[in-house]
Amino acid sequence: MNTTPVEYSKKDFMSDQTIRWCPGCGDYSILSQVQTVFAGLGLAKEKYAIVSGIGCSSRFPYYMNTYGFHTIHGRATAVATGLKLTRPDLSVWVVTGDGDGLSIGGNHMAHLLRRNVDLNVLLFNNRIYGLTKGQYSPTSEIGKKTKSSPMGSIDHPFNPIAFALGCGSSYISRSVDVFAAHLRDTLTAANTHSGTSFVEILQNCNIFNDGAWDSMVDKEHRDGRVLYMEHGKPLVWGSEDNKYGFILDGLSIKPVKLGETYQETDCVLHDKHNLILATMLANLDPSDGAPLAVGTFYQSAKSTYDSMFSTQIADATSRLGAGDLAKLLNSGETWTV
Amino acid sequence: MSNAAPVVLDQVVVRFAGDSGDGIQISGDQFTRTSALAGNDLATFPDYPAEIRAPAGSREGVSGFQIQLASHPVFTPGDVADALVAFNPAALVTNLGGLREGGIIIVNSDKFTKVDLEKARLVTNPLEDGTCDKFRLVQAPIGKLTKEAVEPFGLKTKEIDRCKNFFALGMVYWLYGRPLDPTEEWLRKRFKPPFLDANLASMRAGHAFAETAELFEGPFMVPPAVIAHGTYRNVTGNLAIALGLAAAAVKSKTTVFYGSYPITPATDILHTLAPFKNFGVATFQAEDEIAAVCAAIGASYGGAIGVTGTSGPGLALKQEAIGLALMAELPLVIINVQRAGPSTGLPTKTEQADLLQAMYGRNGESPVAVLAPATAADAFDVTLQAVRLSVKYRTPVVVLSDGYVANSSEPWLLPDIDALPPIEVVHPTDPETFQPYLRDPETLARPWAIPGVPGLEHRIGGLEKANITGNISYDAHNHEKMCHLRAEKILRMRADIPATDIHGAANGTLVLAWGSTFGAIRTAVDQCLAEGQAVAHVHLRHLNPLPADLADIMARYQHVIVPELNMGQLSKILRAEYLVDAIPFTKIQGQPFRVAEVKARLDALVAN
Ligand code: SF4
Repeated sequence: MNTTPVEYSKKDFMSDQTIRWCPGCGDYSILSQVQTVFAGLGLAKEKYAIVSGIGCSSRFPYYMNTYGFHTIHGRATAVATGLKLTRPDLSVWVVTGDGDGLSIGGNHMAHLLRRNVDLNVLLFNNRIYGLTKGQYSPTSEIGKKTKSSPMGSIDHPFNPIAFALGCGSSYISRSVDVFAAHLRDTLTAANTHSGTSFVEILQNCNIFNDGAWDSMVDKEHRDGRVLYMEHGKPLVWGSEDNKYGFILDGLSIKPVKLGETYQETDCVLHDKHNLILATMLANLDPSDGAPLAVGTFYQSAKSTYDSMFSTQIADATSRLGAGDLAKLLNSGETWTV
Repeated sequence: MSNAAPVVLDQVVVRFAGDSGDGIQISGDQFTRTSALAGNDLATFPDYPAEIRAPAGSREGVSGFQIQLASHPVFTPGDVADALVAFNPAALVTNLGGLREGGIIIVNSDKFTKVDLEKARLVTNPLEDGTCDKFRLVQAPIGKLTKEAVEPFGLKTKEIDRCKNFFALGMVYWLYGRPLDPTEEWLRKRFKPPFLDANLASMRAGHAFAETAELFEGPFMVPPAVIAHGTYRNVTGNLAIALGLAAAAVKSKTTVFYGSYPITPATDILHTLAPFKNFGVATFQAEDEIAAVCAAIGASYGGAIGVTGTSGPGLALKQEAIGLALMAELPLVIINVQRAGPSTGLPTKTEQADLLQAMYGRNGESPVAVLAPATAADAFDVTLQAVRLSVKYRTPVVVLSDGYVANSSEPWLLPDIDALPPIEVVHPTDPETFQPYLRDPETLARPWAIPGVPGLEHRIGGLEKANITGNISYDAHNHEKMCHLRAEKILRMRADIPATDIHGAANGTLVLAWGSTFGAIRTAVDQCLAEGQAVAHVHLRHLNPLPADLADIMARYQHVIVPELNMGQLSKILRAEYLVDAIPFTKIQGQPFRVAEVKARLDALVAN
């Protein structure tokens, strides 16, 4: 038996399969960051299992040289739950999209988050259905014109972060496909959390929804528009000479320009354990001029479903001993002829 | 009269009926146990009301329990009752149809006041208006007599009321010459004074009342049956399935992961399994039917034996996921406790109308194995066999139980645990020889490679796979080959099916059936055989694949008739597969076949 190397390079996590995403798709960058991160986590390669549903993002497992299961539409979260409950020793990652995870699989996502099964969810949000060639998704903005909404979508969209908060999620963060370093840090941090780590990754579908996030995340805008949340640091964004921050205004937070009336020291410090603050940050509307918050919105210590599941089995076994089948069959009212 | 020699009977059918709160099921269970200890063969059927808590005294709230006990083998709880114990007017009028002419009725006459009659939507009193003329009516003021009997124990009115069923049970024990000891012993284990004393007093008072009041022509006596030696217990089908899954966990030394969402009439399996954690059974109550099966698939992927349980509407929801397990070629057992459909249908009533759904209800060419238990006790063996096949062939296996098997109970000769063969679970570990879709030459199963093994990293999923390598393949010929391979895998299970058991004549009429109809059909066929008719009964446990010898067997008979509780689903399959004139004989009333119905149909066929 060969011993498993503990040192890996990104290459070790690249599979031999031809990648079939469209050239220029944001998924390439995410794949590359995940491969790099996995190589550095120090976990044996055979311990990773990636479970996906259906959609462009869900092709992900084929391109990772780990154990992978490409399941059916919307159900990756449920399959991953069964896997983690059976195999707590594995590092289980769910890769899903805005359609797979929030539309057809919304129910299972909600229940995964409330149960707090110890696995990582990467939700690639490109605000469109890519694999079926361009229909509006549950995160598409109202009024969006697509093949199935020629007069504009009349669906109010989901806010994935607020959704996760509402489900009682214990770890919620956001990053962007093209923020390579930030995405790597976000994934590494999410992996250390015990419980379901919900990571929304803003992703560009350059074929059917090109530039959906550009006004916030492209090189031209990101310096002025992206709020990098860091625990214990002031909530500020913008460039040196055009800096903004959030101050407390009654029970809410208010954006102010820094430099004259307000200084960085007046700003609210980010506290990822504060549910109220997380709720306010989650509900910032970048389409209405608010900054786009990335980083960790929220983290709480909440017992995990899988550990309680294993504990109950262990408790029952230590209390009752290993099951005696003959005794079980003979229990109840028996009689002998 | 009490000194008269008891009248000996070959069999007796007794029915208890009353409000859910009247302790009907307890009375039935006690009568069953006492009869079993007396050596009778028996079969029972509890009949729960469809509503959770219908108003007391209403027709909708009537709960029933029927038992047939005999000095010979019995397979059904009986078409019609010889005696009916009715605790109120609603119980009386809703159950009279199931009582034979001349049968005994025992009623609690205290419960026939104007108010009680109104609750049962009755205008006149059935005890007086001629309703009971064709029967032997015994009116006992059970309420009043119970009250007198338990007077010394200082109980509240409500508590006194709860002792009534033991008074009635005492009467029935006298009527059928049964000892009180087994129930007394049971009461001592269950109750503390003063309730213990009250219940004991109540039962003894009932017994004495029946003896002294000279109300019956009894007592009657049903001598013991000749039955196989061994230790017995009563099981319902749901209990037998749960025990079968626990046995599978022990025999495979592998966790059985049971994912389920509550649904009538399958929920009891989840209830029963949940405390079996120390047997290697893990239960997961999922958020819905789809999550339940998907979690089971995830568990199988991780190396456990994934099982999901449901009823018809739930099976419909699970079908896409079953297709995934079939494509990923992972073990998965689906327990479907069928109920009357379509849609929500009649949730508490039985039917066999999911056979075609189990066989063909998925997209694409997607064959799965299908098995069905014939009786409650048989469900244990069928469950073990389903797990065995699923693990051996790495493919989904559906078990088609139904509401009747689930809730009926019968004595079960406990198996010798050590004699049950182990279930072999093998996971590959050698990277040199590993290929995700390399096939076992005998079973065609692919290796059950589980995450965590160094060097075996691979990807599976619902997209078509290239044989051997398991890579995604859109190749036309590969797809055709894989469809045939998956079908061939199911056919190869024939090697695991024993020779078909033929009961009865070697030619003439063959009654070919499956599932819970076993008892009524076997009894009717035995009656035909006793009359010298050339009739045989084959009861199929394996519905897919069908046994290898079935074609030959059918060819030996002039007629093949297929009784089913659906519109002719097995007969359709037989016609399609074998080009044989399988005659459908169907019933879709949410009720099992009666023996007499089957017998009449067979008589008609033979007469032609
Ligand atoms: S359709 Fe869009 S999301 Fe899908 S691979 Fe192409 S660019 Fe990426």
